[in-house]
Amino acid sequence: MIGQLDLSTLQHIWWIIASLVGSLFLFLTFVQGGQTLLLTLASGDDEKSLVVNSLGTKWEITFTTLVLFGGALFAAFPKFYSTSFGGAYWVWMLILFTFIIQAVSYEYRKKPDNLLGTTVYDVFLFINGSVGILLIGAAVGTFFTGSAFVLNDFNQVTWQTPLRGIEAAFSLFNLSMGLFLVFNARTLGGMYLVNNIDHDVLTEKCRRSVWINFLVSLPFLLYVLVSLLVMKGFAINPETGEVFMQKGKYLMNLLGCPTTLILLLIGLILVSYGVVVTYVQRKDHGIWFGGIGTVLVGLAIFFLAAFNNTPFYPSTADLQSSLSIANASSSHYTLTAMTYVALAVPFVLGYIAYVWKLMNAKKLTLSDVRSDDKAY
Amino acid sequence: MIEQIDLSQVNWARAQFALTAMYHWIFVPLTLGLSFLLAFFHTTYVKTGNEEWKRLTKFWMTIFGINFAIGVATGIILEFQFGTNWSNYSWMVGDIFGAPLAIEGIFAFFLEATFFAVMFFGWNRVSKGFHLFSTWMVAIGSNLSALWILVANGWMQYPIGMQFNPDSARFEMQNFWEVLFSPYAVSKFTHATSSSFQLACLFVVGISSWYLLKERHQLMAKRSIAVASVFGILASGYVAFTGDESAYTAAQKQPMKLAAMEGLYDGEKSAPIIAMGIVNNAKIAGDNQDPFIFDVKIPGLLSLLSNRDLDSFVPGINDFVFGNKEQGIIGADQRIANGKIAITNLKAYKDAKKNGDSGKAEMALVEFNKYQNDLGYGYLNKPTDVVPPVATTFYAFHIMVILGTIFPLVFLLFLIFIKKGTLHSQRWLLNLGLFCLPLGWVASQAGWVVAEVGRQPWAIVGLLPVSVSNTNLTTGTVQTSFFIFLALFTMLLLAEIKIMLTQIKNGPEENEI
Repeated sequence: MIGQLDLSTLQHIWWIIASLVGSLFLFLTFVQGGQTLLLTLASGDDEKSLVVNSLGTKWEITFTTLVLFGGALFAAFPKFYSTSFGGAYWVWMLILFTFIIQAVSYEYRKKPDNLLGTTVYDVFLFINGSVGILLIGAAVGTFFTGSAFVLNDFNQVTWQTPLRGIEAAFSLFNLSMGLFLVFNARTLGGMYLVNNIDHDVLTEKCRRSVWINFLVSLPFLLYVLVSLLVMKGFAINPETGEVFMQKGKYLMNLLGCPTTLILLLIGLILVSYGVVVTYVQRKDHGIWFGGIGTVLVGLAIFFLAAFNNTPFYPSTADLQSSLSIANASSSHYTLTAMTYVALAVPFVLGYIAYVWKLMNAKKLTLSDVRSDDKAY
Repeated sequence: MIEQIDLSQVNWARAQFALTAMYHWIFVPLTLGLSFLLAFFHTTYVKTGNEEWKRLTKFWMTIFGINFAIGVATGIILEFQFGTNWSNYSWMVGDIFGAPLAIEGIFAFFLEATFFAVMFFGWNRVSKGFHLFSTWMVAIGSNLSALWILVANGWMQYPIGMQFNPDSARFEMQNFWEVLFSPYAVSKFTHATSSSFQLACLFVVGISSWYLLKERHQLMAKRSIAVASVFGILASGYVAFTGDESAYTAAQKQPMKLAAMEGLYDGEKSAPIIAMGIVNNAKIAGDNQDPFIFDVKIPGLLSLLSNRDLDSFVPGINDFVFGNKEQGIIGADQRIANGKIAITNLKAYKDAKKNGDSGKAEMALVEFNKYQNDLGYGYLNKPTDVVPPVATTFYAFHIMVILGTIFPLVFLLFLIFIKKGTLHSQRWLLNLGLFCLPLGWVASQAGWVVAEVGRQPWAIVGLLPVSVSNTNLTTGTVQTSFFIFLALFTMLLLAEIKIMLTQIKNGPEENEI
């Protein structure tokens, strides 16, 4: 069955898979959001310990999802991988740095003789949760605003700005996308902590923080959405393959692919409902609505950028260098082989969910943290 | 045309890859081996119900966690560095190379990431059985991730299962199974994992020896040594076997690397192995100088190692540079000339296609196909460019082999005295155990130096030199990121060592075992 699929179908399937991984990552950034709450919301050693140890059993899954996102793009759309990582060099490097310092911080922050002291490791976690997510958001923004690169006949990239990707953060649209993701991550972080921690004072603070961060995220979201509806977009002429600028392109994509529109609307409703559940109804399961809602919004954004004859990594310097799922993908053979491999994804999601359920069956209490010699 | 970028930029990019890979490889082998030792310790605890085994397991788990965190930190950069610093490489071979990296994520990293948390925090949260299962999953997941990245690396050493597509100007996969079960991938995986087990066993034996020397935690130390030395001996046998296999594979598939490993310039029948030697650094391929200032040879052994035949011919560096008609070896000079024809015709093909001249395109393609096997050689400047740095490869290989021969003897001595029950009074052996602790890393890093320095000047052997694999960046950019990595990783390494030493000094818990 998989062996019979044509190249275009496989390219669409792989964009959907990569989008799913990317969107799951956005959900899992509740870890990063929670890390920023560590400095702005948790007070005192006890509250900090609860936050860190609650996130501590999940951060690696977020991290691994990001790595898989990179790996999946490499395998399925190698031209994007080589163009974007090689071209937008500094923005990716900065993102990676924030994840490098995250990876050691949980384990080292409380250990005796840790060279830098607990505060520095907590700042590392904050940087990862704020700067890291902001830049990832800005990078996603370039799917719509484009980047200044040129590809030659052999697909070698020449970047046209000396900032090599950092310029993405200077566009209001990209910045809004980044800030939306940062505050959405903080909203999700609050929801997760409410769900996982047994500590009245702290969870009360988290509920309020969910509400505030949600409100703060709205103007950025609004700016992104309105811009998408009115902005000129990058389009591909299906007859000639030529890339050109088209007015209202992304609005047309939304109307042309009702699935995308429905995903976006349901996603936004679910995230909002998650906030209502957590803040208004004072219940603990808001994270599931917030999380699934985020995944759906993520899918809508990724689909909007790539389907319906749209180049997902457009070049402002040379329109014809723009990358689409059709010209950036791996060969038919490789996509087919990888599709067989992807059959394992539900199984992986299954055991992650199972372990999550086991580990979070009982809420985390202060005495759990105090009695555990492995606590972070 | 594919632009050859400033050589010094390439060298900085190479230095950056070497730096990040070598830092990463400080932590990875310990993770690979210690994860299995943890699984053994944990299993013994669950089987016996003995609380002292639990304490022992928890102690080594703490050490494991400290090491694992920085392994993850240094690892993420490798996944993305192919794109950031080697974007042309990523495009040219992404169709083949990307797949194992993605599979690594799906099949291996999630196993590690998911079950790591259970292993650490599951003592009171999940059943004993599931907890033990999780510890095993961490070990299996870690080693599976090694499998996929080594499949990718094996393919760089011996590219198979693919074909060049002139239209997309890249290599495309034709056979996934050939890539996965390439003899190089198999020998890489088995040799890298078994030598990592060896390293982790040396680590456990070394630290336990220190406790015995200090007369602290003696029961824990002896138990740890007993398990680690048995695992170490078994691993060592496997290291020797897979090492021989790796050398044989190199001889068959990457003979230039083998020649560099042994400093063999002129191919010969019944070629000797250099047991030890001092390389003559002034020696250049084609001149009449002796390759060695001093050497001790064992006759015939290299022929035996390379071809399983004492009398067989082993080609040397000069044979590949200048050709050897008698043995049917085409020299690099000829292959470079072929490569340049291939490049010219590829360009002509692309131009003709762009201009819609199908007749011309067809002709250029026919010519290109004649010479396409030497395409990569066309980017080299002179025949001696195909020679990897001989001295580095030679010394690294010999250090690795000598140490790899000593380690099993050390494990054996520990096992003998544990059996006799007199280990604690053998201070010389305990000191030797402590001394050998860092040597595991020396051997392991040396192994990678052989593999990667010996691969030069190629990124993909025979197909793509490093000089055309990199990203179009300025030298200053790559230098800057190099020094940022150097500073950051060194700082994190210092933190890791300090934390680990304190944990070791403090021991398992206050209560003496």
